[in-house]
Amino acid sequence: MARFNLTSAVLAAAVLAVAITPARAERSMLNVSYDPTRELYQQFNPAFAKAWKEKTGEDLNIRMSHGGSGKQARTVIDGLAADVVTLALAYDIDEIAAKAGLMPADWQKRLPNNSSPYTSTIVFLVRKGNPKGIKDWGDLAKPGIAVITPNPKTSGGARWNFLAAWGYALRSSGGDESKAEEFVSAMFKNVPVLDTGARGSTTTFVQRKLGDVLITWENEAFLAKEEFPSDELQIVVPSLSILAEPPVALVDRNADRNGTRDVAQAYLEALYGPDGQRLAAKHFYRPVKPEYADAADLARFPKLEMITVDGAFGGWGAAQAKFFADGGVFDQIYAPVR
Amino acid sequence: MTSGAIPASPTRLPTGSLRKETILPGFGLTLGLTVLYLSLIVLMPLAALVFASSQMGLQGFVDAAFTPRSLAAYRLSFGTAFVAAAIVSVIGLVIAWVLVRYSFPGKRLLDAVVDLPFALPTAVAGIALASIYAENGWLGAPLAALGLKVAFTPAGIIIALLFEGLPFVVRTVEPVLQDLDKEVEEAAASLGAGRIQTFAKVILPAILPAILTGFALAFARGLGEYGSVIFIAGNLPMVSEIAPLLIIIKLEQFDYAGATAIATVMLIAGFVTLFVINWLQRWNKRRGS
Repeated sequence: MARFNLTSAVLAAAVLAVAITPARAERSMLNVSYDPTRELYQQFNPAFAKAWKEKTGEDLNIRMSHGGSGKQARTVIDGLAADVVTLALAYDIDEIAAKAGLMPADWQKRLPNNSSPYTSTIVFLVRKGNPKGIKDWGDLAKPGIAVITPNPKTSGGARWNFLAAWGYALRSSGGDESKAEEFVSAMFKNVPVLDTGARGSTTTFVQRKLGDVLITWENEAFLAKEEFPSDELQIVVPSLSILAEPPVALVDRNADRNGTRDVAQAYLEALYGPDGQRLAAKHFYRPVKPEYADAADLARFPKLEMITVDGAFGGWGAAQAKFFADGGVFDQIYAPVR
Repeated sequence: MTSGAIPASPTRLPTGSLRKETILPGFGLTLGLTVLYLSLIVLMPLAALVFASSQMGLQGFVDAAFTPRSLAAYRLSFGTAFVAAAIVSVIGLVIAWVLVRYSFPGKRLLDAVVDLPFALPTAVAGIALASIYAENGWLGAPLAALGLKVAFTPAGIIIALLFEGLPFVVRTVEPVLQDLDKEVEEAAASLGAGRIQTFAKVILPAILPAILTGFALAFARGLGEYGSVIFIAGNLPMVSEIAPLLIIIKLEQFDYAGATAIATVMLIAGFVTLFVINWLQRWNKRRGS
């Protein structure tokens, strides 16, 4: 019995010692991001940690969390101690600022280019040979076409999809809002499955082979083409799309509490630097400083006309209230006919 | 506690019925632990939920909880859970019967297969079912040829709930069937009862409470099931959007009040249903004795 007690005492002391000793002088920070950035940050984080080590001699441990953009914002609001957030749309970060007060409301002005180090746009993915002859948004509202898009209520990407479709309809009808509403209604009548996130829709389209066309992020479309036999899928670029700006932001209150403000700020700035821009282009995001990217990567991005949320919709706050809030335009599409 | 040995006198105060003396020791300790545990793990989170929704006022609550869209979601959730639990009660009874009454090669294996839905992550089940029942899946293709669409319709939800609910019925009916004396059936037969009569008058009354319990468990599981359903449901508002998904959607919109309102309705409706089933069971038992 005495020996047992001695053993357990030694064990307990050992455990305690391990727990108290800091794992070297290593700091760690948490980047809370959305789904399709997984591959990008997998490569960017080691590159940044290496550069940081060379500059300061300090070891860094960068942790990632990925998920649907809205869900990720909610976990940060609920208390996940993110030092930086890199989400799909500004509205989600606005909510973090408004609901939890973790950063100032004008966070988006603190970094260049609306705090978006990389941009993307919305394109179509169709099956080999484009059997249904889908060329532009107008084709998506035709009868007999099955369209796959996630639910704009839950998916940041789907909101970009919706706004791009709306922008096209408004343009082609000469600014008639009721025509635009008819168009998006007809298009959503063609949607057999509303997944909750962009990755879910990609799976539905690519692996379950449902639908004729997938509306998705440009980077997600390229990624799907890369992951799957490339002759099975092809990208169709519509005549008009939307400039999608996935913003990044420092979460001030968390970073101050964790003592990571300096490294978190440097991390975000490095996204605009040579490494960040080159890797963004490599992972199919359009870099804001193309001079840092490989020419071969840049050549992959098609040229197309893009509207912006600020220009066409008066910012995310207005767009959210008009289209995606309860009782908004999107809800009207599915409202029961009385 | 010292009065434990004294027989209860008829003049005992009415409050005495609250503390019925028991000859088993440890009543106070275990009851205390039970109440503490249930409070911490079950009641407190639920109380927080009700509290959160009570802060929005009655009118706000009604507005948030009873929109046409949420009504459609309740109908769908309760409807599919009910239908699935009913089907699974019948099939589960047959499976339990086969597992208890007959012996055949591969019985152990079959017995283990019944528990698989318990062990499998629900998302895996949902993805597997969706790909099998999709229009180009193994079962979906022949069904589509017959003009039946299963995946991405309410029928798909029922399929997912059938999968998840099966072990609840089998595992609650099985032990009761095992305890059922074969002699009783033999007696019924020797007294001239036909097979159907024996089943309806002798076996069924004995196992009905167990079937009801299994039904209630499968039903409750079906109400709350999320992981497997969202992959096969299609998730179209007003058509195939289950109430738990609507809660998630509200949360994603940062509409915490709306989410808790719907959750509270689900909680109350679910509790009432389970309570009624419990009551039915007790009524059935009383009638039987």
